[in-house]
Amino acid sequence: MLQITNLTKAFGDKRAVDNVTISAERPCMIGIIGASGAGKSTLLRMVNRLADPTEGQILFQDKNVTRLSGAAKREWQSQCAMIFQQFNLVPRMDVASNVLHGTLNRHSTLSTLFNLFPQADIHRAIEILERLGIAEHAAKRAEALSGGQQQRVAIARALMQDPSIILADEPIASLDPMNAQIVMQTLRRIHDEDGRLVIANLHTLDTARRYCDRVIGMRAGRVVFDGTPEQLTAGVARDIYGADDTFSEAATSTELGVLDAATQAASDERTPLYLP
Amino acid sequence: MSNIEHINQTYMDMVRRKRLYGGIMLAVFVALMLAGFRTADARNAGSFIDGWHRFFDFPGEVLGEAAGKLVEFPAHFAQYAPSLLETINIAAASTLLGALGAVILSLLATRGMARWPRLIPVFRRVLDIMRAMPEIVIALVLIFVLGGGPVPAMIAIAFHTVGALGKLFSEVNENASLKPVEGLTSVGASWTQRMVLGVIPQVAPNYLSYALLRFEINIRASAILGFVGAGGIGYELKNAMTWGKGQYDEAAAIFLMLFVTIVVVDQLSSILRDRLTHGKKSNMIGAQA
Repeated sequence: MLQITNLTKAFGDKRAVDNVTISAERPCMIGIIGASGAGKSTLLRMVNRLADPTEGQILFQDKNVTRLSGAAKREWQSQCAMIFQQFNLVPRMDVASNVLHGTLNRHSTLSTLFNLFPQADIHRAIEILERLGIAEHAAKRAEALSGGQQQRVAIARALMQDPSIILADEPIASLDPMNAQIVMQTLRRIHDEDGRLVIANLHTLDTARRYCDRVIGMRAGRVVFDGTPEQLTAGVARDIYGADDTFSEAATSTELGVLDAATQAASDERTPLYLP
Repeated sequence: MSNIEHINQTYMDMVRRKRLYGGIMLAVFVALMLAGFRTADARNAGSFIDGWHRFFDFPGEVLGEAAGKLVEFPAHFAQYAPSLLETINIAAASTLLGALGAVILSLLATRGMARWPRLIPVFRRVLDIMRAMPEIVIALVLIFVLGGGPVPAMIAIAFHTVGALGKLFSEVNENASLKPVEGLTSVGASWTQRMVLGVIPQVAPNYLSYALLRFEINIRASAILGFVGAGGIGYELKNAMTWGKGQYDEAAAIFLMLFVTIVVVDQLSSILRDRLTHGKKSNMIGAQA
C-alpha cells in the first residue's frame, strides 16, 4: 500500500532523515517514536509533500508521489490527511468551516473564497463533529475551544478529506492526559472502524505501545527499530533514545493508568535533584 | 438523533443568514461604486471616457524627447547628484528624528505599556493631529517664518512622520508579548528599562521595516517640498518640467534618479530587516535542529 524507499532529507550537510525504508502492506496503525530532532516530523512532512525529499521515493498504491507537482500534488495531499501538534486550524473561523476546509481540493477556488460549500458537505461536517462528540460547538470560532477540542476539530477536518492515509505529527504533545487519551482513542477508532492507514509520531513510549499495531523507532534520522509493541523492550527503547540505565518509561508517562505505578516506582528509587 | 438535526438546522440558518448579508453587501458595494463614479465623472471638466486614452500622451512626450538625448544623461546625473543628496539628507534626517519621537509617543499610547495609562487618549490625539497636518502646509508656514531651505522641509516632514509612524508603531507594540515586560517588572526595572530592554528587542524588526518604508515615502515628500522652495531635487524637477520645451530629458533623468534611489533603499531595507530578524548568516549554522 505505502512504500517508502531510501528516503533522505538533507538540510545543508545535516541529514534530518537518512535513507529510510518503510513499507506497509495493509491499513494498520503505526507509531513512530524517537527523541526530538530524530527526523520523525520531517518524515511525515515528506509523505504529505509539505517538504520535498532530497533522495528516495514514496510509492502509494504503486504511484510515485514524490514526483507529483501542481494539481496532482494537491490531489495527493487531499488523500493524505495531516494532523499537527499545534492543530493548525484557522482560529477566527467557525468550527464547521474549519472542518469544511477538508474539501477544498474538490471545490473551485472562487466558491470556497466566498465560503459557499454545498449543503450535503455541511451536513457531513456536522455528522463528523457529532461522531467526535463536539457537534454542539459547530458555530463557535475555533479559537474559543480548548486544546483537546481543537485537536478533535483537526481530526474532523482530516476525516472530511476522506483520506487513504492519516498522518498525525505529535497529535497529543500539547494536550493534558485526559484530552490526550480522547484524541488517541479517536485515532484508534478511525483506524478500527474505517480501516484507514494511520501513522502517528508519538513522544511517549507507552502511548505507542498501547494504541499502535506496529512501532518504528528513529534515531538521528535512521530507522533503528521496526516491530510490534511486544518487541519494544526497555533495552530497545534505551537504544532509540540514546539513554542510559536511569531511563524509565514510567517517568515520562502521560497515561492516567500509569500514575499509580509511577508514584510507587518514584518512591522506590528517588533520584536526588542537584542544582548547578 | 433529533439533537444533530437541531444542530444542522441552526448551523444552516446561520450559513444562510451570512450568505444573505454577504450578497446584500456585494450588491450595495457595486451600486455605490457605479453611482459614485457617475457623479464624480459628471463633475469633471472633461469626461473620463473621452480623456483616458490621452493619459499616456505626457509620459510619451517626455520619454520620446529623452530618448533622443540619451548621450546627455550622464551629464545630467552628475549635475543633479548634489541636489539628490540634499533631498535624501532631508528625508533621512526627518525619518530619524520622526522615528525617535514616534517610538516614545507610541509606547506612551499603547495599552498595557503606557507610563501614564490615563493619558493614552491624549497621546493618541496628539498623534492624530500630527498625522492630519499635511507636510506641505507645515513647510509653507515654516518657509514663510524661517525662509527657504532644507531645515523647514526637514522639520515639516519629521512632524508628519512622528504621527504616521507613531500610529504604526503603537499597533506593533500591541502585538508584542507582555511577558518579558512582566519579567522585568518582577526584578524591579523602571519604565524606561522595561521598554528599552523588554519591548524594543521584540518590535525592532517591525519598527525598522516601517521606518524604512517611511524613509522611501519621505524621499518623495522631500522632493515634492522642493516645488515650494525647500531646495533639493524637487526644485530642479519643477524647473525642468515647467520651463517646457527642451528640458524633458532633464526631467526624465531626475525621475530615473529618484526611481533608482527608491530601489536601493528598498533593497537595503530588506537586507537590514533580514539581519535583524534572523541574525547574521554565520550565526545560523547549527541552529537548524
